[in-house]
Amino acid sequence: MKKFTKLTSAIVPLNIENIDTDQIIPARFLKATTREGFGENLFRDWRYENDNSPKADFVLNDPTYSGQILVAGKNFGCGSSREHAAWAIQDAGFDAVISSFFADIFKGNALNNGLLPIQVSEEFLAQIFNAVENDAKSPLVVDLENQTVTIVETGKSEGFEINPYKKSCLINGYDDIDFILAQKGLIEEFEKS
Amino acid sequence: MSKTLVEKIWDAHVVKSEEGFPDILYIDTHLIHEVTSPQAFDGLRKRGLPVFRPQQTVATADHNVPTLNQLLPIKEELSRYQVDMLTKNCAEFGIELYGLGHPFQGIVHVIGPELGITLPGKTMVCGDSHTSTHGAFGAIAFGIGTSQVEQVFATQCLLQSKPKTMKIEVNGELGKGVGAKDIILYIISQISAAGGTGYFIEYAGSAIESLSMEARMTICNMSIEMGARGGLIAPDQTTFDYIKGREFAPVGEEWDKALAYWKTLYSDVDAKFDSVLTFKAEDIAPMITYGTNPGMGMGIQEHIPATNAQPEKEKLSYQKALDYMGFDDDASLIGKPVDYVFIGSCTNSRIEDLREVADFVKDKRKADNVTVWIVPGSKQVEQQAKNEGLDKIFEAAGFQLREPGCSACLGMNEDKIPAGKYCVSTSNRNFEGRQGQNARTLLASPLTAAAAAVTGVITDVREFLAES
Repeated sequence: MKKFTKLTSAIVPLNIENIDTDQIIPARFLKATTREGFGENLFRDWRYENDNSPKADFVLNDPTYSGQILVAGKNFGCGSSREHAAWAIQDAGFDAVISSFFADIFKGNALNNGLLPIQVSEEFLAQIFNAVENDAKSPLVVDLENQTVTIVETGKSEGFEINPYKKSCLINGYDDIDFILAQKGLIEEFEKS
Repeated sequence: MSKTLVEKIWDAHVVKSEEGFPDILYIDTHLIHEVTSPQAFDGLRKRGLPVFRPQQTVATADHNVPTLNQLLPIKEELSRYQVDMLTKNCAEFGIELYGLGHPFQGIVHVIGPELGITLPGKTMVCGDSHTSTHGAFGAIAFGIGTSQVEQVFATQCLLQSKPKTMKIEVNGELGKGVGAKDIILYIISQISAAGGTGYFIEYAGSAIESLSMEARMTICNMSIEMGARGGLIAPDQTTFDYIKGREFAPVGEEWDKALAYWKTLYSDVDAKFDSVLTFKAEDIAPMITYGTNPGMGMGIQEHIPATNAQPEKEKLSYQKALDYMGFDDDASLIGKPVDYVFIGSCTNSRIEDLREVADFVKDKRKADNVTVWIVPGSKQVEQQAKNEGLDKIFEAAGFQLREPGCSACLGMNEDKIPAGKYCVSTSNRNFEGRQGQNARTLLASPLTAAAAAVTGVITDVREFLAES
């Protein structure tokens, strides 16, 4: 799994609430049997017209914005459990997603792929959107070790929660299967009980 | 110590619990399908691992299969490849597959219960968010991502933090024309599409207890639409009667032993829930959604809430949803023309749903402007419908009875609603583009969908019921 420690980057703002995984990657693109290549269809129907021409007003098509951090409105990743949503975001070059609220399954899927979901307060989220409105290239610093996000321009910072085990997985790049496999004896014992 | 039902089942499945780590939770049954499993099988190959407990794994093809001419090769190349991959992977790793042409094939959340695979007290997972359906039997059942599918393949366990618990009580008697789908759409409209996030929900109260197993499945199925990983209902005589005699249900001494255990599966009287909500059945009308998440629902006689009445920072998203649907603030949906009616999905494609629709449309005919698809949840449901002559009723009404699969619920196969068209759907999600690019979905019960099919417009089904 991809490691994550610290990241300084401008953001791509998507100030919409309840973004479901059908928007992130529509079902018709789930026919692939590998994990790669979903990025080109990330937000497909918001990003492209039916004739595949880019929609100029969608943020991913706006050269003003770039960066490895996607920032979105609350309840991000609701709906279908498709892990393809996390793969698509990562494949499109993002390493972290910031929102004021994440759907459970998406959050778990992101963590299992080294894509860091960062939950911040509504107030801090509004400050991030404000900063990028003032300066499209306004960077954020995400520090996983210290569990903080900082808006460089204003110096404002907020802490975020992460399960200590998942944090060590991200920092070291190992996954749950490595961890559980080490307990195989316990599992077999459990089955007998 | 007194425990909730979730805690009882959870605690009985913890292999290891350690401070600062998620629990290692043992999974009794793993259901898989063609869309979310191929990358997990690939992962096993890369690690050189077998499936640890293939006999606790059951596969079917449902998401990506055609619902006409299922015995012919799948036309669409990518879909065919994905379904073929499932067949190959199951053969290679020794997993039982109920693929196309098998009499047990069907939507994964329909076949588990009907085969007696879904049982009280079990832990069950599937790479599909509607796995919560199986909670209707008093099981802990939840959807997982593909990395977790690989985890369960490799270890029959999941690393999972214990969820918070919520009790939702619905008491009283349901009105005429109001069913399980209306109950759950009502609850979601009250607590929002995120109101259950972080929780496992136990549904209780007299209105829930009075429901059949299939109706309970409809309720638990949509738990995820308010963000809850799972939803469950304590098993009772209705549950036991439903399970008895099913293909893989325990028999003889095993049955007696199982039954004795199942009877201990309830929340203790003084068990503490992290949250408790109570609703009155009498407050629930036939429901319909008007927006692009399942929380945007209302009683069918109500008017669409105004954008101005929404919290300031939600106005933009709310307006975007109404624009997508082509609806205005304060509008009534009654009389609004409909183009498609879809009766199917893991929410409402069981035999009781089909019977209810057939009973309603008998001696009626669909409106000329509407295309009606009925997609049964499984081969067994399809067969049962034919045995009961429901197919004849549908045919006479101009409804098309197709073959089993997820179909137009997610539009992954060719069953798509065209751009701009309105579809009254018994499925579970009204997200933008869910049923096809730019398609507009209105979620409703099978009865409300049937009424729209007959009149060609959004209709309060109670008008028909009053006449009879």
